[in-house]
Order: sequence, then structure tokens, then C-alpha cells
Amino acid sequence: MRHAFLILLMMVGVLLATAQAPALDQAEIDARTAAISKTLRCVVCQNQSIYDSEATLAQDMRTLVEKRVIAGDTDEEVRDYLRERYGDFVLMTPPLQSNTWLLWFGPLVLMVLAALWFVLRLRSKATSSNDADLSAEDRERVRAALAGDEKAAS
Amino acid sequence: MQNTSLWTRLVPIAIFLVIAGFFAYGLQRDPSKIPTELIDRPMPDFELPGLRKGEGVLTDENLLGETSLVNVFGSWCVACLQEHPTLMRLSETTNVNIIGVNWRDKRSDALVWLDKHGDPYSKIIYDATSELAIELGVTGAPETFVVDAQGRIRFKQVGPITEQVFTETLAPVLDAIAAEREPEA
Repeated sequence: MRHAFLILLMMVGVLLATAQAPALDQAEIDARTAAISKTLRCVVCQNQSIYDSEATLAQDMRTLVEKRVIAGDTDEEVRDYLRERYGDFVLMTPPLQSNTWLLWFGPLVLMVLAALWFVLRLRSKATSSNDADLSAEDRERVRAALAGDEKAAS
Repeated sequence: MQNTSLWTRLVPIAIFLVIAGFFAYGLQRDPSKIPTELIDRPMPDFELPGLRKGEGVLTDENLLGETSLVNVFGSWCVACLQEHPTLMRLSETTNVNIIGVNWRDKRSDALVWLDKHGDPYSKIIYDATSELAIELGVTGAPETFVVDAQGRIRFKQVGPITEQVFTETLAPVLDAIAAEREPEA
């Protein structure tokens, strides 16, 4: 009797497991479809991702993404699929490649240059003595003023 | 010191010129024009129903053997109406093979539209869910692809084909393809 109960329990367990498997998968498919869709640009309304866009073409593209996910494509393969047809443009994040180096590293280069310039300027200010371009006469005045004897010098 | 200050004075001007250069380039580009990836690639494989009764199933093989204009259109598309007279004239007065891709349309709407405005197409592919449109990298209607007899995409026209667009842009492409074929024949 106890065995029978155990077997029954196991059968229920197996049933639950098999019944739940596709449901879990659907959730995973949805999550991945959503995640990939957020990285793809809607080609109709260009500042939205196909996840955000209500354009019919974006809806169809989401369906396509879901289809590719179900077919077993990796995220990268799905993106490449659309990229092959629409170009780099369809990616929300521009890819790192030779024609985008300026875009990716330009700001960094500018920042480094600016920092360099700033440091160099600070240095040259610190090292060059402040009275470098004073005439001998002015220097004498300053010396006299510091000595509390300005009137005498002028 | 003289030199340094001259140099320093030139820096803002140089920066201005660089930025102005970027703007001059960037502002002349139309951001709604997305470069085409498909030039010189084969027409994607597809298998879709024909729009009209009795047209059966159409595939990419239906495009082989003859240079064609593959025109993406829909009854909902206002600009398509603008190019329609040109397509009608081409179908009536020339032997250009025009194939329609009825995109994201209701079959009945499309048929009524063609009834009303005329039907320049030799075949019409019915693409209700953007299956072929996405394969072709279509971003809006109308778009027209020039596909050669070997089924290779040779040119893409975004936007309506007016008479001017046809004579200035598409006709030269068609002529060039025709010229290519002659030596073979």
C-alpha cells in the first residue's frame, strides 16, 4: 500500500515536471525576446527599440526575434540576422569596429588631451617665475614696495 | 611667448572648424535613409502566397530569367499612390517586368485598391506579416528593388518612382543590366 502511494506520488511528480517544462520555456523565450528586442532599433521610428515601438514593422520584427529564439539562435545570432539585412543601423548600440573608433574613443581622446593641456599649463605657470616679464625698473619698484619704501622708489 | 599665444589663439578656431566640418557633413545626410545591405546579394529565399486568385504560391525562383522591378506597396501607403501612374505607364508602354510585394495589407483592401487604380504587376507576392519585407531590409513603402535575371539585387529605390526618378535613376540601372546580358547572348 505504501509502495503504491509512493509510485503514485512519483507519477504525479513526473506529470507536473513535464507539464511545467514548456511553460518555463515560454517564460524564458519571452524574457530573451524582450531582452534582444531592446537592443534592436525600430527602422520606422528610429529612436525607439523594437521592444518599445508600436509600429507594425516593429511588431513583425519582434515576432521574428521570438521565432529565431525558439529556433535555438543565440542572442548574438538573432542580432546578426537582422544586422545582415538592415545593417549596423538596426543595432541600438553601435558596434566597435574600424568606422566607429572615433565615435567610441573620440571623447576619451579629447578628455585625455584636455587633461594633458591642463596639467601642462599648470606646470608652466608654476615653474615660470611670476615676475619673468617685469622690467628691471618694475622689479626694483616691487622690491622697494615690499620693503615698505614705495615712495622713495617712485 | 609670442608663438605660444598665437598657437593658443588658433586652437578654438581649429576646434570650431572641426565641429563645423562634422555638422556640414552630418546635416546634409538624410537620417531617414538607411543604407542598403543587400546590393549584389541574391534575392532572399521566400515562399509566399500570391495576392490574386489563382496565383498560387510564389517563390524566389519566380523572379529568375528576367530583370524585374520588385515593388513593395500597400493599399494603406499614400506615397505608393504617387508612384502608381508611373508604374502603370511602365507596364503599358515598356516591357519592364514589375512584380509587386503587397506588404502588411488586407487582401481585400489590396484587390480593391488595384481595381480602382490599375494593376501594373505581372505577379504579386502577398506578404502580410513582413516575412519578405524583413528579409529585404524594407523600412517603409514604397521601396523598389531592381533584380537581375540571375536573381541578384542590383539596386534599391527608397520612396516613390516618379517619372523623373525612373528616367534619371532606374532606367540607367536597367540599361546597364541589359548591356551586361548582351555579350552573353
